[in-house]
Amino acid sequence: MAYSDKVIDHYNHPRNVGSMDKNSADVGTGLVGAPECGDVMKLQIKVNPATNVIEDAKFKTFGCGSAIASSSLATEWVKGKTIDEALTIKNTEIVKELSLPPVKIHCSVLAEDAIRAAIGDWKKKQETAKPVSAEAR
Amino acid sequence: MSTDVKIPQASTQAHHPDAKDVKLPIYMDNHATTPMDPRVLEEMLPYFMEKFGNAASRNHSFGWTAEEGVETARERIAKLVGATTKEIIFTSGATESDNLAIKGVAEMYREKGNHVITAVTEHKAVLDTCKRLEKYGYRVTYLPVQKDGLIDLDDLKRAMDDKTILVTIMAANNEIGVLQPVEQIGKLCRERGVIFHSDATQAVGKIPVDVNKQNLDLVSISAHKMYGPKGVGALYVRRKNPRVQISAIIDGGGHERGMRSGTLNVPGIVGLGKACALAQEEMPQESCRLAGLRNRLRERITNRLDETYINGSMEHRLPGNLNISFAYVEGESLLMGINDVAVSSGSACTSATLEPSYVLKALGTGDDLAHSSIRFGIGRFNTEAEVDYVADRVIETVERLRELSPLYEMAKEGINLKDVKWAAE
Repeated sequence: MAYSDKVIDHYNHPRNVGSMDKNSADVGTGLVGAPECGDVMKLQIKVNPATNVIEDAKFKTFGCGSAIASSSLATEWVKGKTIDEALTIKNTEIVKELSLPPVKIHCSVLAEDAIRAAIGDWKKKQETAKPVSAEAR
Repeated sequence: MSTDVKIPQASTQAHHPDAKDVKLPIYMDNHATTPMDPRVLEEMLPYFMEKFGNAASRNHSFGWTAEEGVETARERIAKLVGATTKEIIFTSGATESDNLAIKGVAEMYREKGNHVITAVTEHKAVLDTCKRLEKYGYRVTYLPVQKDGLIDLDDLKRAMDDKTILVTIMAANNEIGVLQPVEQIGKLCRERGVIFHSDATQAVGKIPVDVNKQNLDLVSISAHKMYGPKGVGALYVRRKNPRVQISAIIDGGGHERGMRSGTLNVPGIVGLGKACALAQEEMPQESCRLAGLRNRLRERITNRLDETYINGSMEHRLPGNLNISFAYVEGESLLMGINDVAVSSGSACTSATLEPSYVLKALGTGDDLAHSSIRFGIGRFNTEAEVDYVADRVIETVERLRELSPLYEMAKEGINLKDVKWAAE
């Protein structure tokens, strides 16, 4: 099976590889997949709490070339978007952009899941932060 | 596309194993198939044009010439495995040989019993044939293997009963190169009057196979795994002590003593014969050389990378095989990184089923490490320079992908990956 040029490009030059402090209040971390399934993606976002804009995104992925490309692309796409905008990213758009064959669609699904998980984690942090500050008053 | 260009290239490489320069891409997937030896092609060529006769034509010289080629090949194959010429049946390849052996025995000995024993790490040509027999009402025992990939002979003994008609266990595994204790299996079968078939596709021409010493009754042989052409193989069928009979699965003109009808693939058969003759002559030196290259590859890789795991026994193994799992790195992405080297992975992503290698799973290798496995198949035309190049590429790619791997990061932080609750489970 041949890879599309875009998959190869992301594989050879993955964007936004790295990690952020997962304990930081403005960082949301999504860890999806399982080693047994051959795919694990960690996607992290750094959100401006005033504007809800994703200012930075990082990823690390254990998986095939298409999984690496899907998560690399996901970090590119979420950057600069608000939380709500990022939640509209669909796996089918990733499939289209990377020309993924049917057997690799699960990689795009995982990338969408990773975005949602990262946002979910960030939201949870904001919720738990508020009551604490309320109690403090 | 012209063959006269390719022949000198391949032979140059073969005769200068110390050449420092490597020609890319490098082929190191010799369990999938092997390039043809130029000497094999040379032997075959006349049988396409001037010696085109049908080996079954009894009344003219065209037929006799073709038959002569076939009979020379039959002698060479028989000699390589210690058989007689009348015990060699030509087929289209090892898959057909496996089908013919297993289905042929099952049908012929149906009245004697309905039980067949095989092992979980067999090739699909054997496993799927056995599954077919189950549909027809046969009982099949699939023996487990031990951590090193070998079957436990006590398991085999326990599995045999008075209805057992056939044991089919491969000589050498296509993924992990592990050699089964064929001689002991043969002895157990002979003592109990059970027919013993072995899929020796990966073994014949690579390691000594002797049908009498090893008590083999049926042996599947393939040409393209030993530098011969694709589309041709053979089945050894024992004629005496004891005589083994099989029902044909292809009916027709009664070729090959009625066991396999169909006009013989004369050029292919001639090629198989030549491949066997070359293997017979060169096996002692070649197996030493390949084991040396394999060990060099292993040492280079494992000296530089930690958390690599060899799959299967190193002691009972084909000389040219190496199967390693690189923890925290997914196999297909590794293949993508070393794209000027042709090797295989046990990763699910390389198969249509999305299931990782059933062979590695049978060894007890976790799914995570099965996804991280690479099979190297070193063959006749690989050089030391190529091995060094491949080792370097593997090392740099694994290092790069580990930097990209969240699992590697977590492991370095001291997190036990087994304790993590994964979202996909």
